[in-house]
Amino acid sequence: MGQLKTLHSVDQQDNQQPQDDMPVQLRIDNVSLRFPKPDGGEFTALKDICMEVRDQEFAVIVGPSGCGKSSLLYLTAGLNSPSEGEISVAGERVTGPGPERGMVFQGYTLFPWLTVRENIEFGLKRKKVPAAERKDIVDFYLHEVGLDNFADNYPKQLSGGMKQRVAIARALANDPKILLMDEPFGALDSQTRLQMQQLLLRIWEHKKKTVVFVTHDIDEAILLADRVFVMGSKPGHIRRILNVDIPHPRTLDLAMEPEFIALKREVMDLLHDDLNEIH
Amino acid sequence: MSNSVIKNCMTPREELPRQLVLSTGVIAWLVLILAWVLLAASDIVPDMFLPSPVQVFEAGVRLAENGTLMTHIWSSFKVVIIGFVISSAVAVPVGLLMGSFRIVQAFLEPLVNFIRYLPVTSFVPLFILWIGIGIEQRVTVIIFGVFFQQLVMISDVSRGVSKDLMQAAYTLGSSRRDVVMHVIAPASLPGVLDTLRVTIGWAWTYLVVAELVAASSGLGYISLKAMRGFQVDVIFLAIVIIGILGLITDQFFRILRARLSAWAS
Repeated sequence: MGQLKTLHSVDQQDNQQPQDDMPVQLRIDNVSLRFPKPDGGEFTALKDICMEVRDQEFAVIVGPSGCGKSSLLYLTAGLNSPSEGEISVAGERVTGPGPERGMVFQGYTLFPWLTVRENIEFGLKRKKVPAAERKDIVDFYLHEVGLDNFADNYPKQLSGGMKQRVAIARALANDPKILLMDEPFGALDSQTRLQMQQLLLRIWEHKKKTVVFVTHDIDEAILLADRVFVMGSKPGHIRRILNVDIPHPRTLDLAMEPEFIALKREVMDLLHDDLNEIH
Repeated sequence: MSNSVIKNCMTPREELPRQLVLSTGVIAWLVLILAWVLLAASDIVPDMFLPSPVQVFEAGVRLAENGTLMTHIWSSFKVVIIGFVISSAVAVPVGLLMGSFRIVQAFLEPLVNFIRYLPVTSFVPLFILWIGIGIEQRVTVIIFGVFFQQLVMISDVSRGVSKDLMQAAYTLGSSRRDVVMHVIAPASLPGVLDTLRVTIGWAWTYLVVAELVAASSGLGYISLKAMRGFQVDVIFLAIVIIGILGLITDQFFRILRARLSAWAS
């Protein structure tokens, strides 16, 4: 029950922006990623990436396709190793995948042979959490993502948005130190995507997790982020880091505000510059 | 029959009413049996070569009454099941490992791909010399015929498991062992059951091969004996019974798959 108690106590705190005095949760230190090319040469996907994300911060990485933003997330998850440099989460060097770095993937990765409930408790079972406690945690997150009535359904019976909601619940149920999200709403239709952004904001406002969220959707980036990391390509690098000083709770109406539009302009210009430099 | 149903019959991949599907299947059987009856009644094929369905049925009753039919059916069934279970019990885990671990694949694949193209029939004389003509010999023929095919098919099934699912499992705290046991194995289950369903059909084929050469009981054995005595009705009976037994084992795996992996369909 320990996990649930902290969840509720965080609920009661107020939601001002404490990041500046929070400890660094993710540190990416001079990371490069290279692949051998078939012609014998080398392809540099990421070059000298340095970034820090503070505890409870919502960081969004936005960039043109092929800039290596997903690769950076996979490196953080430990699903791939950097050619150079080091990544650490909560002071511990990343050497492989682990439950303290939860991930929500772009494609649907629910286990189709498990029900919604069994999917969400998958990580808890690996950690050998007792059944009664598992049930409490699963019930809590089922409620958080609004799927209380779908606990016993199989993934094939769910819509795309519902599947990603389960994937979010599954990652959070493990109580990771950091939540990595790789274009999780990229495959959804635009209406569902807006709903999911709201849902994610609400969950994050409840329970401040450190999140690193990758997207190519500028609106999505600004709506969700405390800070936007704008990447450029060939090779992938961080172009600019923008603060989004818009207080929570945020809603979709934000997209009409001058602050939002100014930030959007800035990100668009950065991405356009990147395109022009390549061509 | 309304126009829309006719149109659906002509449209690729279009579903049809269940009753129409069932009755069409029944009609196919009726056509076959009718053709058989007509051919047997006519003078095109002499009676001694083609018995009528009634004669085959009578042969069945005759052999069932003195108990020999059940003995032979049981003898054949036993061989198929023992051979198939032994083969599957090894092929399923080894196939999963072969599909999961590149090193196991590298070790086994060249060997297995050689052996599985060797004609099983050519090994029968060798098996008779080595093992004799008891039930062990027939079981060996079935294992030899089925095992290597199962291994390759199951290894392909488990290699087809989405890497995304495995990566998701790792980020949820799975060990490598967990990924094999809790991702690759359950994800492969529908494909494994499909493989078993296909290969049990082959097991029936190899059974007859084994029994025709060396056996003192079984459906293949009674066909061979019937040939010597020119009892074409008994040969037909053996063929029909093997067909029915094959159909039963096939349906068994079809139902098992529907039960165990409803999530996949």
